[in-house]
Amino acid sequence: MFGQANVLAQGQAEFPPGVGDFYLPSILPWGAENSFWFTKITAMVWIAVGVLIIYFLASYRKPQLVPTKKQWLAESIYGFVRNNIAVDMIGHQGVRFAPYFTTLFCFVLLTNAFAIIPFFQISPNSHIAFPAFLAVISYVLFIWVGIRHHGFGKFFKNSLVPPAPWFILPILIPIEFASTFLFRPFTLAVRLFANMFAGHMILLVFTLGGFAMLNANAWLAPVSVLSWLMTVALTFLEFLVICLQAYVFTVLTASYVQGALADEH
Amino acid sequence: MYFLAAPEGGESTHNPIIPVWQEIVVGGIAFIVLAFVLMKFVFPRMEQTFQARVDAIEGGIKRAEAAQAEANQLLEQYRAQLAEARTDAAKIRDDARADAEGIRQDILAKAREESDRIIAAGKEQLAAERATIVRELRTEVGTIAVDLASRIVGESLADEARRKGTVDRFLSGLESAGAR
Repeated sequence: MFGQANVLAQGQAEFPPGVGDFYLPSILPWGAENSFWFTKITAMVWIAVGVLIIYFLASYRKPQLVPTKKQWLAESIYGFVRNNIAVDMIGHQGVRFAPYFTTLFCFVLLTNAFAIIPFFQISPNSHIAFPAFLAVISYVLFIWVGIRHHGFGKFFKNSLVPPAPWFILPILIPIEFASTFLFRPFTLAVRLFANMFAGHMILLVFTLGGFAMLNANAWLAPVSVLSWLMTVALTFLEFLVICLQAYVFTVLTASYVQGALADEH
Repeated sequence: MYFLAAPEGGESTHNPIIPVWQEIVVGGIAFIVLAFVLMKFVFPRMEQTFQARVDAIEGGIKRAEAAQAEANQLLEQYRAQLAEARTDAAKIRDDARADAEGIRQDILAKAREESDRIIAAGKEQLAAERATIVRELRTEVGTIAVDLASRIVGESLADEARRKGTVDRFLSGLESAGAR
């Protein structure tokens, strides 16, 4: 990241930014291209995991009936996902999924938030590997829950055969199959990935664009300032997207689980 | 995947929609560690705390209800006792009043009796004294009269016993005349 800052200061950042800007050089081994085991991205994932574990363990070390401020805050996060997502979407049964949903929500929210936290400034979720993994878990989860609840045959019958006249079924069944079992994990992963990717790209465009104009012509300095102000404004927008996408990912997972548990189609 | 690893003049060409498998492995392990710790050590304890809180509140309400019921029962009991005590007191008062009346009547009757007795005794005594006095007077008057008559008439008459009867008859005549 300091390398990037130096590059910016020297005015050598290329404009426009491209996909290559998302694939930073490796940390270990230092500076290696195409070595992905230990990069800024994976380091941020480990930091997110560490921060969340330490935060929750520390604030819930000695739970009390009358909560302290720290305990209350940690409980509010869990309570929000538990009551406003799990129980609202799934009903009473949703309580047993609340721990996973909360883990998912916190992880996505924090890794998303790295997009606008100074010195991190890129979200791991702008690499599709992480959203894809989470989407696969959601996919496996709702199918597994459905099969356990209904049994194998009844679950697939519920999922694939809508209550419709028999002559439409040949059209509907492939559509249902595709939308439920093919597109769901894909859309789930791509929605999060694309939002974070685009957010980072937009911030890059306005930040680097400011430098590019300043370097091209000193008279364009006011426009550069405007460009950087736009960066600030878009950071606020990015904050909204960060929270919204974390919420949407969790809600959609809950919705798939709810669909798998539902008795009727 | 070969094009991911294909360097092109120091710049690698990446396809952002193809996941990097190393990142999947790292992200997967990291997320599973996170999920394991939070789902095993944190959220179940939160759920327990919520349950304990619900129990505490419901238990408190239940205890309060029990205490309320007990208080109501005690109140009823005290009211009943109070009513009973009032009835008893009224009865005792009535009894006392009746007793007092009876005692008063008794005392009055006794006093009346006593006074009657005293009056009767007084009257009897009076009568006895009067009779004594009368008797003494009669003797004395008779003696005096005889003495007087003897002095007037002479001593001859003094020994004559018959004269006594005459004096008595005379006095009885006097008495009956005085009583009339």
